[in-house]
Amino acid sequence: MFSYLFKRFFLMIPILIGITFICFIVINLAPGSPAVFHEEFSPKASPEAIEALKKLYGLDKPFHERYLNWLKMVVTLDLGNSFVDGRAVKDKILERLPITITLNLLSLLFIFSISIPIGVYSALKPGSLIDRILTIFVFAGFSVPTFWLALIGMIIFGVNLGWLPISGIQSLGVEEMSLKERIIDWIKHLIMPVTIMSFAGLAGMSRYARSSMLEVLKQDYIRTARAKGLPENIIIIKHALRNALLPVVTLLGLAIPGLIGGSVIFESIFSIPGMGQLFYSSAMARDYPTIMGILIIGALLTLIGNLLADIAYFIVDPRIRVKKDV
Amino acid sequence: MFKLILLRILKNKLAVIGLIFISIIFIIALLAPFIVPYDPYRINVYKVLEAPSKEHIFGTDELGRDVFSRVIYGARVTLKVGIIAMGIAIITGTLLGSIAGYYGGFIDAFIMRIVDVMLSFPTLFLILAIVAVLEPNIYIIMVVIGLTGWMDVARLVRAEVLSLKEREFVLASKAMGVSSRRIIFRHILPNAVYPIIVAATFAMGGAILIESGLSFLGLGIQPPEPSWGGILSTGKDYITVAWWMSFFPGIAIFLSVLSFNLLGEALRDALDPKKWAENI
Repeated sequence: MFSYLFKRFFLMIPILIGITFICFIVINLAPGSPAVFHEEFSPKASPEAIEALKKLYGLDKPFHERYLNWLKMVVTLDLGNSFVDGRAVKDKILERLPITITLNLLSLLFIFSISIPIGVYSALKPGSLIDRILTIFVFAGFSVPTFWLALIGMIIFGVNLGWLPISGIQSLGVEEMSLKERIIDWIKHLIMPVTIMSFAGLAGMSRYARSSMLEVLKQDYIRTARAKGLPENIIIIKHALRNALLPVVTLLGLAIPGLIGGSVIFESIFSIPGMGQLFYSSAMARDYPTIMGILIIGALLTLIGNLLADIAYFIVDPRIRVKKDV
Repeated sequence: MFKLILLRILKNKLAVIGLIFISIIFIIALLAPFIVPYDPYRINVYKVLEAPSKEHIFGTDELGRDVFSRVIYGARVTLKVGIIAMGIAIITGTLLGSIAGYYGGFIDAFIMRIVDVMLSFPTLFLILAIVAVLEPNIYIIMVVIGLTGWMDVARLVRAEVLSLKEREFVLASKAMGVSSRRIIFRHILPNAVYPIIVAATFAMGGAILIESGLSFLGLGIQPPEPSWGGILSTGKDYITVAWWMSFFPGIAIFLSVLSFNLLGEALRDALDPKKWAENI
């Protein structure tokens, strides 16, 4: 167990370095430096002043030196200060991270609790009406632009029917509500974002659960169980389901980058004050330190998600503990 | 053989529908100036936000422009971005994947670590960051979508190359002293072309979705140039009074991505020799 974890950790180091390197390259793609920026606003700035400014930002140094200096800052979690309001990027991200993570966890939960029963059921009855509906749903889920779906949802459930609020995560005057009212208010605000965020994931996951289950049902041990005369539900639940769901765990890790990336779109459509919305406003304002900070945090979250999925798989599946190394 | 593949695609009804729709989009995009009833850029202050009618079948937008004409012109942008971004992704992925698979060892490990690194970024974050830094325009968007979408192709091609390079015909060419480049391009890649075609079809749908998402966020194709995501983006601000501005471009995106996905799925079956033996 520990040697596996150790190896897994060790393999993450080059990836972490790669991530920081790509972030640094992205920001250095920017045409013009802060010094040029100042020059545009004060054309009288002397060459000496510009030099001094470049020195201040460390722009007189070669690329690799700047990268190493910046890396030193990042390692101590100092992500610099925002160009927009001068606050520390770390604080700006940390105050918004919980909302984004909560939303993502909720939609992962939603995806798993819906897609697995659907997938398993349609694997048990291939060619049935439900199975065919699922196939159509899978294609629709992969093809529909979810931001459009969000808009349609807002028109139908928010504007026409008036059932659900269309923006934010709480109503005005939430302070005066009782705890129960607050929770209901919160749930109402989250129904639409979470459902629509989960749409593509639902399609992919239910298809995966379906094919995984179909595969398992073909195995010899299922035939043996049937030959033994075990009742069908015991075969399905005890023998087939457990094995079919193992690979689904790994998908958990794969779903994370899409979900986090999607938060930019959903948080800005539904005005949810999370990390995605912060990223969007920073991108529009060209607030480089914040963009870079969120880019790194987003990649870190993905790595952590993958690691957790691997560990979960390792715990659930006794086979890899014995034979498979990393 | 080509006939056989075509036959297998035509047997799949959904794929035929997809194929027909893709052809329609291509024709619309090519002949856009002859199809549109109005100039998609012409502003008409007397006809602002009109609901769909006989004159304007998709209604008009906030500047009185005909939404139908704008959606038709949007097909041009969508296809242009989709094709070029897909091309960049496929070429990059195929090159890196075949180099990694063929040479193995350190080169393989290095390239696959790059793939891992690229895959750890939430895709939309990386694309948005680059586009935000570089002032969005159509060429940058094509390149960025392409360069952030090659990783799956690389993995796929690498796996194909790994299995092909041990085969006798490759070993024979090696023994005859054929250069590595020639072996990769002349002997190995032609045998891996089917899975690449399938990946390209799916990549096209993916690129269209990303482009429209970017334009929707205002960091893609810039107005007044009509793009489906861009029309949706303005439609969002008028959603309570003019649903048609958001509805029709969304349908256009949905149907075109769906068509590419259906075609990709059918190609996957039709191009898989293992499945040829079944029910022909």
